[in-house]
Formats: sequence, structure tokens, C-alpha cells
Amino acid sequence: MTEFFQQVVSGLASGGVYGSLALALVLIHRATGVINFAQGEMAAFSTYIVWTLTTNHGWSYWPAFAATLVVSFAGGVGIHQVVIRPVERGSQIRVVIVTIGLLLLINGSMTWIWSGEVRSVKSPFPTRTVDIGGVAISLQDIGTIAVSLGTVILLWLFFRFTKVGLAMRASAVNPAEARLVGVRVAWMLGLGWGLAAVLGAIAGMLTAPSVFLDPTMMQAILIYAFAAAVLGGIDSPIGAVVGGLLLGVGLNLIGAYVDFVGADLRLPAALLVILVVLLLKPAGIFGKQHVRKV
Amino acid sequence: MRSSTARALGTFLLLSAAVYLLPAFVSDFRAQQFAYVGIYLTALIGLNVLTGYTGQISLGHGAFMAVGGYTAAILMADHGVKDIWTIPIAAALAGVAGFLFGIPALRLSGIYLALATFAIAVATPAVIKKFEGFTGGGSGINLFGIPELTASLTPVEIFGWELNFNNWLYYLSWTVALVGYVLAWLLLRGRTGRAFRAVRDSETAAVSSGVSLARYKTLAFGVSAAYAGAAGALFAIATTFVNPDTFPVALSIILLVGVAVGGLGSLVGLVAGAIFIQFLPLWAQNVSKSAGAPAVVYGAILILVMFVLPGGFAGLLARLGSLTTRGYHRPNDS
Repeated sequence: MTEFFQQVVSGLASGGVYGSLALALVLIHRATGVINFAQGEMAAFSTYIVWTLTTNHGWSYWPAFAATLVVSFAGGVGIHQVVIRPVERGSQIRVVIVTIGLLLLINGSMTWIWSGEVRSVKSPFPTRTVDIGGVAISLQDIGTIAVSLGTVILLWLFFRFTKVGLAMRASAVNPAEARLVGVRVAWMLGLGWGLAAVLGAIAGMLTAPSVFLDPTMMQAILIYAFAAAVLGGIDSPIGAVVGGLLLGVGLNLIGAYVDFVGADLRLPAALLVILVVLLLKPAGIFGKQHVRKV
Repeated sequence: MRSSTARALGTFLLLSAAVYLLPAFVSDFRAQQFAYVGIYLTALIGLNVLTGYTGQISLGHGAFMAVGGYTAAILMADHGVKDIWTIPIAAALAGVAGFLFGIPALRLSGIYLALATFAIAVATPAVIKKFEGFTGGGSGINLFGIPELTASLTPVEIFGWELNFNNWLYYLSWTVALVGYVLAWLLLRGRTGRAFRAVRDSETAAVSSGVSLARYKTLAFGVSAAYAGAAGALFAIATTFVNPDTFPVALSIILLVGVAVGGLGSLVGLVAGAIFIQFLPLWAQNVSKSAGAPAVVYGAILILVMFVLPGGFAGLLARLGSLTTRGYHRPNDS
């Protein structure tokens, strides 16, 4: 039973990371109606910034963390203004291809700037474990869960209680009418990209200590984030978070207790589960079915 | 003869002539690279039937290529089937796989379908590794120098021409591509093609006009996967080797790039799309030798192409055509 709880807690920690990145995907999808394939590379790029600041410039962790979030936000807004806006009104597939181009571009520039060698990023949390009711839980896991859930709550408060948050929701739901009441829709969409970049940066910085940092670090995690977003419903922020946590815990338990699956088939098993969920509920758990018009 | 038919025929004859004359002007090494263009073209035609004409985004066509590639490799290595006969079998098997996948996919549309197909592509390498006894696991199946592979050790003689392996490969893959091109054109010009386009433009309107969504969507999936299967078999023959990394996720994404660059809902533009995905990475490597730089160049050019050519190369051709004739033209004609 102890082992079971340990698996659940570490599943929640990785689920928090998947949920953060899934939330980033959902924000962009709600704002601009596209899936951002470059989200993982954007997150890895942010993680390289925190690595450079702490390792090469001697910053302590939390100032570097804050600085990275600011840079990532600016980067996200910049990417939207420069690369996405020109193609936003065209066909969806065109925007998808542009984000794939962005993926290659950012991935290549990481290798170019920082070389492809693996780096280790230090963790802001101690490596000790604490004993909670006979279950040893690492502080790293607790810290990861706290930071990712804290971010989600802050974001919810922002959307729910600020004027900018309201304007952003309005632009996502009905851009034409939002524009009529004076919302600057283009900037709201850019803001969405900025926030998504911040979420990605947090996911990247939380992931880096437990794996090693290299330009492809976030690619596998992006796939889990896709899965989490689809599971929860691609238009539902709360769905993304719940989907991420479910996926993290579920994957850990399947990997630990189903022998046939083991470590190699973890990803396919997760994808199969999601495929089944989609077949039963094509818009995800929290998604809404849209009525289609001709 | 309708003018669109005449134009399509003219395009096709020009293309065939170019294909058959090309080896006289390029080196043996280039012939091999152009063989891959033919293989990509086959896969792109299939993907365009599904994505360009029927409007169903697939990010998982690498998986159907893997079905074809492994079918061909297993038939050659374990059952002594000659390479060219593995191509139709691979196409048929992948087609059945695509048709079967098309049934659950009926419930998904848009971004959900894209992600479901992406999931298939992601899962494929791990699944191949798991069934080791059948697929050779991570080390794959080596086909180099086996007698089933035509011209792999000694040149082959066809109609009095002696062809080495690279030239044989070139003609084989382009023959398949051109046959596939004609079949796709025949399929798309008539009733079926019209039904596909109706599904793409508005599912609701298509249903109310009596088009069966289930029938045409699964048909599009099956046909599309069959092309991918044939391309996968050719891929196995060309690389003389298959392993799980022969068909990575990146392959599925590259195919979608090829279709978008060539032009959704066009056949002739796909030739440019196939050339683009084969040669741009190679060219990018020549631009700069520093690590990472080729990917930056590739990514930047891809984004620029999408900015400049919204309809891909087919859109460019249509615009040029309307400049010269100043007449009425339909953008989705090929």
C-alpha cells in the first residue's frame, strides 16, 4: 500500500507538469484555434535561459526563475506578433505547419547556441524525503505539485477577477463582438501566447531537475500534454489540469502494476486509453459538443 | 475532351517525360535522391486524398508507411517474395489497416482526429519493438544483398537497358508514383472525388445532399493508407533495411509539410512538395556546418513558404495560370 501511495504522489508531480503544459496548449487553442507544436521547444528554450543564468552568471535560483518567466512572456507575445498573426486568418493547417516550422527553428537554435550536450539543472527544492503517514514522499515532488497547482490557481484568479482576464475570455469566445465593445483582440491573443509561454517555462523548469536538459527534453512531455488536453477537452482549462493529473497518476500505476506494459509500452498504453475516451466522448471529459451549422 | 481533362493529360505527359529523361542528366547518387522524391510523392498523393480532398487531417501517415514497410520486409526476408510483388501486398494490407482505423475515426474530427492520428504515429515505434519475434525488435530486418531485392548486388537488365541499383530504384519508385498519380486523378475527377470534396467543405451539407459520411470517410482513409503502404514498401526496398526508427514521428509530420507546401487539394503541386521535403534538409545542411543551424534554416524557410505561398505551389501555379489566361479558373482544379 505504501508503494501505491508513493506511485500516486510521484504521478501527481509529473501530472502537474503535464497539466501545466496542457494548459498552455489549451490557452493557445482557445485564443487562436490552433495546436502549437512548438510549445515543448519554447519550454525547453526557457529552461536553457534559467540554466545559463544560474550556471554561467551565478544568479541564485528564484531570481533566475522570475527573470525567465518575464523573458518567456515577452518571447511568447513576440512569436505571436511576428510569426502567427500573418497566417492566423488562413486555413488551420497553414498555422499548424508554421508552428512545426517554429519547432524546428527553436530546436535548432538551442543546439546552435548551447550545443546539444546534456546539462543538469539544479532543483530549487531539497532532495530529502519527508515521512507522511508512513509514506516517504520526496520534497521535489511536493514542490512540483505546489508550484504547478499554484500557477493554475493564480491563472484562474486572473481570468475570473481581472478586467484583462475578462477581455481575453471575450476575445476567445467571440472576437467580432469583443472588438465592437473595444477589446483589442489582437493584443489579447498575443497575451494568450505570452501566458502559454510562461506556463511552458514553468513546466520546463519543473521537469529539468529530474531528467537532463537537452534540446529535445520537452518533446515526450509535449505528447503527454497533448494527451492530457485531449482527455480533458481541448477547450477546457480545468479539463487540461484534471487530464494532466489523471494521466500522470494513471501512467505511473499502469507502468508499475501491469507487467505486459512495463516501461516500454507506457506511452502507447496511455494513448490507447485516450483513444477510447475520445471514442466514448469525442470532445473530451470537460469539453462541449458544438452544434454544427452549414 | 474537356479542357480540364486535356490540361491534366498534358501535365501528366510532361511530368512522365521529365521523369524518364532525368537520369540521363544527373549522377547515380542524385538518381537515388530522386528515387526518394518518387516515394514521397506516392505517400503525399495518398495523404492529399485524405487531408486535401476530404478534409481529414492525419498526423499519422508514417504509421501506415510502417505497416507497408514491415509487410514488404517480412515478405522478402522470411517468405522469399520478390520485391516488386511486395508493393501491391503492402498497399493492400495498409489499405485495410487504414479502412479499419477510419471506422473509429468517424467519431473524431478536426483537431481531435489530428491528435488521434498523431498518437498512432507516436505509438508505432514502441509497438514494433514490443513484437520482437515478428518484426526483429529494435535491431530491425536487414535486406541488404538478399536475392529478393532486384539489382542489389548485380545490375538488372530491363528491355535491353542495364540498370544498377540506384537507377532501378529510381524507375521503380517513379513508376509506382506515376501509376498512383493516374489512379488518384481518375478517382478524384468523378463522383467519388465530388463526394470527398463535399465532405471537406461541409459535412452537414454533404449529409443533407445524400453523401454517406461513413462510406466516403472510411474510403478516403483506406485509399490514403494504401498509398502510404506502397510508399512504405518502396522505402524499405530503397533503404534495404527497416527498424522502428525508419518510421519515426517526424516522418508523419514531414508528410503533412509536403502536402501543405505542395498545395492541399492538388495533385501536380505535390511534385514540388515531394522535392521540397527531400531536398530542403540536404540543402540546409550545406548552408552552415555548425550544429543546429540546418534546422534553423529549414524551419525559417518553412515558415516563409507558408507566408508567401498560402496555397502551396499549386496556389502559385493557379495564380500564374490566371495571369496568363486572364480567364476564369477554379483554384481546386489539378
